[in-house]
Amino acid sequence: MQWETVIGLEVHVQLATKTKIFSGASTAFGAEPNTQACAIDLALPGTLPVANEQAFRYATMFGLAVNAEIGKRSVFERKNYFYPDLPKGYQTTQLAEPIVGPGFVDLELEGGRTKRVRIHHAHLEEDAGKSLHEDFAGMSGIDLNRAGTPLIEVVTEPDMRNAEEAVAFAKKLHSIVTSLEICDGEMSQGSMRFDVNISVRPKGQEKLGTRTETKNLNSFKFMEEAIALEVERQIDVLEDGGKIKQETRLYNGDTKKARSMRSKEDSNDYRYFPCPDLLPVIIDDEYIESVRKQMPELPEAKRARFVEQYGLSDYDAGQITMDKFAAAYFEAAATFFKNTASQTGETKLIANWIMADLGAYLNRTEQRIDQSPVTPELLSGLVVRIKDGTLSSKIAKQVFEAITNGEGNADTIIETKGLKQVSDTGALEKIIDDILAANTAQVEGYRAAAEDKRAKMLGFFVGQAMKASKGQANPQALNELLVKKLNG
Amino acid sequence: MHQLTIAELVKGLLNKDFSSVEVTQHYLDRIARLDKVYNSYITATPALALAQAAVADKRLAAGNAPALCGVPIAHKDIFCTIGVRTSCGSKMLDNFIAPYNATIVDNYLDSGVVMLGKTNMDEFAMGSSNETSYYGPVKNPWAIDCVPGGSSGGSAAAVAAHLAPAATASDTGGSIRQPAAHCGLTGIKPTYGRVSRWGMIAFASSLDQAGILSRTAEDAAILLNDMASYDTKDSTSVERDVPDYTTTLNDSLKGLRIGVPKEYFGEGLNPETAAHVEAAIKVYESLGATIHSISLPHTGLSVPAYYVIAPAECSANLSRMDGVRYGHRCENPKDLNDLYMRSRSEGFGDEVKRRILVGAYALSAGYYDAYYSKAQKVRRLIKQDFVDAFQNVDVIIGPTSPSPAFKFGAKSKDPVSMYLEDIYTIATNLAGLPGLSIPCGFVENKPVGLQLIGNFFAEARLLNAAHQFQQATNFHQQTAPGIE
Repeated sequence: MQWETVIGLEVHVQLATKTKIFSGASTAFGAEPNTQACAIDLALPGTLPVANEQAFRYATMFGLAVNAEIGKRSVFERKNYFYPDLPKGYQTTQLAEPIVGPGFVDLELEGGRTKRVRIHHAHLEEDAGKSLHEDFAGMSGIDLNRAGTPLIEVVTEPDMRNAEEAVAFAKKLHSIVTSLEICDGEMSQGSMRFDVNISVRPKGQEKLGTRTETKNLNSFKFMEEAIALEVERQIDVLEDGGKIKQETRLYNGDTKKARSMRSKEDSNDYRYFPCPDLLPVIIDDEYIESVRKQMPELPEAKRARFVEQYGLSDYDAGQITMDKFAAAYFEAAATFFKNTASQTGETKLIANWIMADLGAYLNRTEQRIDQSPVTPELLSGLVVRIKDGTLSSKIAKQVFEAITNGEGNADTIIETKGLKQVSDTGALEKIIDDILAANTAQVEGYRAAAEDKRAKMLGFFVGQAMKASKGQANPQALNELLVKKLNG
Repeated sequence: MHQLTIAELVKGLLNKDFSSVEVTQHYLDRIARLDKVYNSYITATPALALAQAAVADKRLAAGNAPALCGVPIAHKDIFCTIGVRTSCGSKMLDNFIAPYNATIVDNYLDSGVVMLGKTNMDEFAMGSSNETSYYGPVKNPWAIDCVPGGSSGGSAAAVAAHLAPAATASDTGGSIRQPAAHCGLTGIKPTYGRVSRWGMIAFASSLDQAGILSRTAEDAAILLNDMASYDTKDSTSVERDVPDYTTTLNDSLKGLRIGVPKEYFGEGLNPETAAHVEAAIKVYESLGATIHSISLPHTGLSVPAYYVIAPAECSANLSRMDGVRYGHRCENPKDLNDLYMRSRSEGFGDEVKRRILVGAYALSAGYYDAYYSKAQKVRRLIKQDFVDAFQNVDVIIGPTSPSPAFKFGAKSKDPVSMYLEDIYTIATNLAGLPGLSIPCGFVENKPVGLQLIGNFFAEARLLNAAHQFQQATNFHQQTAPGIE
C-alpha cells in the first residue's frame, strides 16, 4: 500500500527578553543553578506576576512576520499540573485567546517547489525549570533558572507531508525568529524545541490517522531522524494489522532510538482557567503599527534586496539570507569591497566564498560566522585581489588558508610569500619557451594533430607551465601565449 | 492608654503626651497578660515592636514625621513580613518566613507604624469563625464561648479586646466585615484594586482585598490613607490617586440616597438583628438621608457562585505548597507522589482540603461549563445588579451578618450553614465593590453589624456615612466585658 505521512509541529521558541515573562529575574543561560530565580519564580506565597511588555512586543513581531492576525485581547490562563520544576503547580499560558492567530509561512523546497504551511496560532507562556536526575544519589535536583523564561509556542496545521518539508519549515522558522532578533536560535541550549505530531494514512484517504507526538527535538538533524523512524514504525505497525496508539514519544539522538513516554490515557486534565492575577492585555492597532515599524528586515525582504542591490542570483541571495549572521557578514564584506575596489554589482564572488570556502572552514572549526577570525574586511581584501587578477583562484585558496592561520591580510600574505600571479608577458614567455624546448615530441604531436584535438592536448602544456610557475601564472595570459607559440 | 483611638494616639504622640515606646510597651504587656484567653495573636513580636517604636520616637522628635508614626497596630498573619513567620493560619506555612514584605506592610513601615505581631486567622482565610486555624480558635471578647467571626477573627478579637488599637485584615467573601460585626468594630473592605495584593497570601485572587479593622470609622479613614496605593507589583492594582479619606468624614449626609435591598431582609435574618438594622436606617433618615427600597435580584445566587469561583481559584493558588521548596514537607518521602500526597495531606486542614477538592472538580473537563463558566456568568449578573442600583442610590445599607456571633462548634460540622454566614457580604466581593461594617446595636449583649456598600472607589463616601452614624450613636464606643 502507498502511505502518506502527515506532520504538524509545535515549536517552543524562547524569547530573547532580558528578564522573565512575569518577573524581573535574568534569563541569561548557563548560570549556577537557582541563582536566577527570584521569589516570583520560586512561587513563594504572596508573590504576584507582572507581564513583561517586551514579550508581547516580540510575540507581535512574530505574528506579523508569519502573516497572522494579532489577537486584540490576549488572555493568560493557568494550566494546572504538579511537577517539581513547575513551582506554582500551574503553568501560565494562553489557550482561548492567544496573542497570535492564524497565519502562514511559505517554504521553498528542492527543485524550486514551494509549499505553504499554515500556522494555527502562537501563544505566549512561561517555560518550566529543569529537573536534574543525575548526581543527587537517588534524589532529583531542581534548577529554576529557566522557570519563567518567556516562550511562544507556535502550533502549525498538519500541512507537512514528509521530513524534508518539516525540516524546511523548522529552518524557516529559525531564520524568521533570529532575523527578528526575538530568539537567539541556540538550539543546543534549548532556545528552540520542536514537538512533532506524526500520523500516516493510505494515500488518497481523507481521514487523518492516529497521531503520536515526539517531544523536545532540539536539532534539525534529530528532527529528520525522528520523523523517519516514527513514520517507518507506524507503517510497520499498520501493515502488520496493528493500531497506532495515541501517545507521547521521546527520541534519543545518541542511540537513534525512540520510546513511548506516556499514552493519552495517562494525560492530565489541566483544568485551564483564566489567571485572575493577570488582566487581559488589550492590543490596539496603534501598538501593532509601532511594532511593525521597529521590526528588523525579514529574510524574504532581505533576499529581494540582495538581488536588487548586489546583483546576486535569487538562489544565492536565498542561501545567504537564510542566516542573518551570514547576511550581515555578506553586507559588511560587500561594503568593504565596494570601497576598496570601487566596484558595484560584482559581489557574487563574495557570496560564493562565504557559501563555499568560508562556510567549510567555519564548519570544520565549529565557529560562528559572526565570530569568524576571517573578518568581512579580510575576505573582501582577498576577493579584491582575485578580481584584479593578482591572484588565481587556486592561489587564492592558499592565501585564504594563510588568513585563517592569522598571517595577516591578503596583501601582506601575497607580499611575504611572493604569491603574486605572473601575468607579465616576458616572464611567461620564458617559462613557455623552456617547456616547449624540453618537450619537443609533444610539441610536434600537437602541431600534427587536427584542430579539434588540439584543445585537449593544450592541457599538458598548461599543466607543465603552471607547475614551473609554482601556480602563479595568470591562466588566461598563459593560455593565450601558449596557443600563440604552439601555433606559431 | 489602650482606650485611645488611632486618632487620639496620633494626637498624643504629636503632643508628646506619651512616646511610641510607652504605647507599644503598654500593648505588649496587655498581649502577654491577656491573649492566653483570646488567642488572637499567632506571633507577637515584642522585640521588633520596641525597636520600631524607638525609631518612630526618633522620627517624631526630629519633626515632620508622617501622621501615623509611632502608632502600633497588628497585622493579619496573611501579610508577608520579612524575618517574621507568615503562617496564614496553616501548619503548611508554620515554618515559612518571607524574604519580602507585603506592600501594605511596607506602606505602614514607611509611615513609621509599629507592628505588635501577627494575628490569628482561619487557615488560608477559609472560614467564617476562625475555627479552622492550625493555631486554635480565637475567642470573641464579647462572649467568650462564641466565635469572633472569620477569617480575620484574630485581628477582630485583638482590636475588640484592646490588644491592638487597630489591625489589618483581608476580605474575600466577608472576612473583614463579618468579624467586625461580631466583635463590635468598624471594618472596611476597599474596592478591588484599591489596595495592593502583593505579599498577601492568595486565597481567591479575583476576590481578595486587604482592609482594616478598627474601633471607629475615623480610625479606618486614617489607616486607609496609608494602606491604599497603586502598586506596579500587582497587575490588578488600579492606578488612581488615593484621596485623604479624613477630609470628607464630616460632610453632611443631607440628600444622601440610601438603597435598602429587599433581598437582604428575607428568610434567615435574625429578627432582632433586622430590628437594629431598621433602627439604624432611621438614624440615617434623621441625618438627612433619603431611603429607597431597591432590589438586587441575583443576591440569592451569590453564595453558590462564590463557592465555585473561590474554591476554583484557591485550588490553583495553593498548588505551590507542594513540599518541594518551602513549607511543610513530610518525613522520608518514598517518591514524588508520596512527597506531594503526604506533605499536602498533613499540611492542610479539612476546610482547605474541601475547597481544593471542590475547586478542582469545578474546573475539571466536562464540568467547567456547568460550574466555573456558569458561576462567572452569574458573577457578571450580580455585578450588573449593583451597577443598576448605583444609578439611583449612593450607598446601599443592610445587615452584615444574618445573626450575632454563634457558639464554637455550632456550624463547623455543617459547611453550608457556615457558608451562609457570608450571604450578605459575598456579593460585594464578586462585584469588586467596597463594603464596610459598623456596630448598630446588641442582641443578647453581642454586637450587631450594619453593612454599607458603596460604588467603585467610593470609600470616602462610605467612611463619611459611617463616621456620621458614629457621631450620632455610641454603639462603637461600647467595650467588651472586662475590657477597662
